[in-house]
Amino acid sequence: MSAEYAAAHSFNKVIEILDRYDRSESKIIPILQAVQEEYRYLPQEVLTFIATSLRISPARLYGVATFYSHFSLEPKGKHILKMCDGTACHVRGSSAVIDALRDKLKLTTKKITTDDMMFTFETVSCLGACGLAPVLVVDENIYGQVSPEQALGLVNDIIEKEKQNA
Amino acid sequence: MEKYIYINDRPVLWEDETNILDLTRKAHIDIPTFCYHSDLSLYGACRLCMVEVEGRGLVTSCSTAPFEGMKIKTHTAQILKLRKTIVEMLLANHDQECPKCSRANDCKLRDVSNRLGIDKVRFRKTREPKPMDLGSECLVRDPNKCVLCGDCVRFCSEIQGIGAIDFAARGQNVNVAAAYGKSLAQVDCINCGQCAAVCPTGAIVVRSHIPQAWEAIHDPQKTVVAQVAPAVRVALGEMFGLPASDLTTGKMIAAMRMIGFDQVYDTAFAADLTVIEEANEFIARKANGEKLPIFTSCCPAWVKYAEQSYPKLLNNLSSCRSPQQIFGAIAKERLPKQLKVEQKDLVVVSIMPCTAKKYECKRPEFIHDGIADVDIALTTQELGRMIKEAGIDFDSLEPESMDLPMGFATGAGMIFGNSGGVSEAVLRYAADKFNIPVQENIVLQEVRGESGLREATLADGNLKMAVVHGLKNAQILCDKILAGEADYDIVEVMACPGGCTGGAGQPIVMNHSKRKARTTSLYHADKTMPMHRAQDNPFIGELYEALLEKPNSHKAHELLHTAFKHRKRIDDDELSFSGSGDEDRCKIRVCVGTSCYLRGSQDILAKTLQMVEEHAWGKHFDISATFCSEKCDKGPNVSIGDRVIHKATLDQVKDIISQEAEKRVK
Ligand code: SF4
Ligand code: SF4
Ligand code: FES
Ligand code: FES
Repeated sequence: MSAEYAAAHSFNKVIEILDRYDRSESKIIPILQAVQEEYRYLPQEVLTFIATSLRISPARLYGVATFYSHFSLEPKGKHILKMCDGTACHVRGSSAVIDALRDKLKLTTKKITTDDMMFTFETVSCLGACGLAPVLVVDENIYGQVSPEQALGLVNDIIEKEKQNA
Repeated sequence: MEKYIYINDRPVLWEDETNILDLTRKAHIDIPTFCYHSDLSLYGACRLCMVEVEGRGLVTSCSTAPFEGMKIKTHTAQILKLRKTIVEMLLANHDQECPKCSRANDCKLRDVSNRLGIDKVRFRKTREPKPMDLGSECLVRDPNKCVLCGDCVRFCSEIQGIGAIDFAARGQNVNVAAAYGKSLAQVDCINCGQCAAVCPTGAIVVRSHIPQAWEAIHDPQKTVVAQVAPAVRVALGEMFGLPASDLTTGKMIAAMRMIGFDQVYDTAFAADLTVIEEANEFIARKANGEKLPIFTSCCPAWVKYAEQSYPKLLNNLSSCRSPQQIFGAIAKERLPKQLKVEQKDLVVVSIMPCTAKKYECKRPEFIHDGIADVDIALTTQELGRMIKEAGIDFDSLEPESMDLPMGFATGAGMIFGNSGGVSEAVLRYAADKFNIPVQENIVLQEVRGESGLREATLADGNLKMAVVHGLKNAQILCDKILAGEADYDIVEVMACPGGCTGGAGQPIVMNHSKRKARTTSLYHADKTMPMHRAQDNPFIGELYEALLEKPNSHKAHELLHTAFKHRKRIDDDELSFSGSGDEDRCKIRVCVGTSCYLRGSQDILAKTLQMVEEHAWGKHFDISATFCSEKCDKGPNVSIGDRVIHKATLDQVKDIISQEAEKRVK
C-alpha cells in the first residue's frame, strides 16, 4: 500500500469507526482511541471532522482529547519509547536511562519526536511494574531493569532494522 | 405545614429553595462563590461556598439540598480558614496585576480576598504562565487570571449553545481554551461577550478601543460623531452609582460633548429605518409567497451563528443591516455635506451595549476603499470609563439633547434594545397592513417578558411571531423550523439574555433584577416619547424623499441592506489524502462540512477513495476533504478539476473521475 492510499484508508477507517460507535457522544473515548490507533495521533482536521459527526463542539472534543495523556495531538514517531519515571523507577536510576536516550535521539522534555519521525520518547509516571524498575517500553515490548547501555542497544537495533528495510 | 432549617442557630423558612446557598442568602448571609450561577448548571468546583451541616460535616452549599430541621453553620473557625486557604491558593497562581486590570472595580476575586482579610499569600506559584489570546476584535483572554470556575464554559455551551471554549488538559495544566488552543477569532465564537460578563475575574475582558477613540477626538483634522444605542442610556448610570432604572440620556449627551464628540446622534433613529425596511421586506415576502419566516438580523452575534450553523436558513434572514451599520452608511453618505467635512475626516464612533458590534463594524462588506461605515465601536462600559478618565462628575451634569436630524427617534427605535422590541416595532409599522386594530403605541404583551421563547399569533392567525433570546433557544427553534415542526412569519433573535439591555458591553451585573430594571426603563422611555411608530418619524420621511426614494428601493438596498454567507466554524486546513506529487494531478475536493455530510458526502468520499485505489490511479488524482465549500444549500459539493458539482451523486462523481482518468492514463 503506497503512502497516498494510507491517508485514504485511514479516513475510511475513521468513518467506519464513527459508524461502529453509532456516532454517539457517549463513545468519545473509544472513538478517539480507535482513531489514534489509525493515525498514531489525533490530527486537528480529523478531530473537527469527528466533532461535526458527533454534533459536539470542537472545543469540547479538544478538551477530552487533551484530558487524557494517552491521546496525542502531535504526530508521533514510528517507534514509541516510554520510560517510567515513577518513584520506584526513579530511585533505581531511570534518570540515567532517560538522559542517555534523549542525548542519543537529540530530544528534550518539550521536543519528544525525532525530525525523521522515527522515534517518540516520553516519560510516564508509573507503569505499574515497579518490581521490574526501572522499566522501559519499546513499542509493544516491556524491558525491566534496563541500563543506559541496554536502552541504547535497543534503539540501535531498531535503527539498523529500519535501514535494511528502507 | 411550614418547614424550617437552622442557619447559625436561627430558624429560616424553607420554601422552594433547592440548595442551601439560596437559603443562606435568604438568611442575610452572603457566602462567597465563584462557580455558582443561577442560570447555569451546578458545577461545585470552587469549594468557596462550604458550610458545615450538623451530622454531615463540610459540604458545598451550592450543590446540597436542604432537609427539614437541617442545622447549618456558615462561619466556623474551620470554614473561615478553609476559605482563606482556597483564595490564597488561587491568588498564588493569579497574575496580580490588579491596578492594570479593567475588571479591578468589579472583580470577585479581589472582592472576596478583601472580604476575607487576606494580607499575604502563603503558597508558591505552581502553574506555568500561559500566553494571552489577543486575536479577537472583541475579547481578550488572559489565562493567567483564570480561577477555573467554568462559568464562561457553561454560559457558552448552555445558554448560547456554542461551546467555543472548554476546559483543556488536566492537573496543573488545566485551562480554558478554544479548540486546538486557537484564538477566539479563529473558532466558532460569536463574540457575544457573555463569557466576559460572567467571568468573576479579568480572565476574559472586552477589548478596549478607548485609545482609538481618544486619538480621533484629539486629532484636529477629524470630525468625530457618535451614535448611541438605545440600551446604553438605561445602564450607563450604574457605573456612576445611579440605579439601573435611571434613564440618563440627557447627562450622557452632556458628558459626551464634554469629552469632545462633535455631534451626538441616536442609533434608535437608524433603528426606525431598520423597522421600515424590514417590515417592507417582510410584507413583500408574504405577499409574493416567498420564504418565511423572516429572521431579524440586527444582532451580529446571531448573524455569525446563523452563518456558521444554519446555512439553510441564511435566505430567511432579513437582508437589512443592523441599526449600527445603517447609521454608519447614512452618516458617511450625508454628513460630509451637512457638516462640511471631507468623508475621510469624518469618524463615526458607536456606543453599544454589545461586544459583537466591534466585530460587525470590521466586516469587510462594511468597509469601502479603506473607509469604514463605522470606524470605532465602544461599549457602554468604555464610554463610562472615558467619562471617568476625563474627570467628569457625571451625576451633577445638566441634561442636554441629541443633534438633529439623526438624533430624533421614535419609541419604535427605542425598544429595539429589548428582547421582543424589534418584533413589536415591526408590528407597529405593519399593523395597518394586516388590519390589526391597535392604538398607535400598540403594546404587544405577548412578546414582552423574560421567557426564552415567546410567541404571538395575530390578525386571526395570519401573523405568527416568535421571539427568542439566548442562542441555545434559537438553535432549538431553528431545528424545529427546519424539521417542519414549527412555522412562523417573523422570528426575532437576540443572542444576549434580555436582548441588548443584557449585552456584554453593559456594566457588569451580578443579578437579574438590574437587567429587568433596564428593560422596564426602556419601555418607559418609549412611553414618554412623542411618537411610537417608525413611519411617523419626520426626519425619516425627509431622508426617503431626499435620498432613499422609497423602502427597499435600489438606493436603500445599496446603503441599508447586506448579504450573508456561510462560514466555517474553525479555520482549518483541508484534510488531504494524497501525498505530495505532480502539480498537474487532477484535484478532487469533497466537502464534508455539516451540511454536505448530512446529504451523504462522506459516502461519496469513501467510495471515491476506494475507486481511485482499486484502479491504481493514485498518481493522477489529488484528493482532499474540505470542511465547507460555502455553498451548503447546494450540497453535497464536490469539485473535480475545474468542475464544481452541486448536489453531487456518487454515480455522477464516479463517471467524471473515470473520464478524467481515461484522459490522463493515455
Ligand atoms: S463571546 Fe460568546 S460565543 Fe464567544 S466564547 Fe464567549 S460566550 Fe462563547
Ligand atoms: S475565564 Fe473566568 S469565567 Fe472562565 S473559568 Fe476562568 S475565571 Fe471562570
Ligand atoms: S459556588 Fe459552590 S462550589 Fe463553587
Ligand atoms: S457544508 Fe457547506 S458547502 Fe458543504
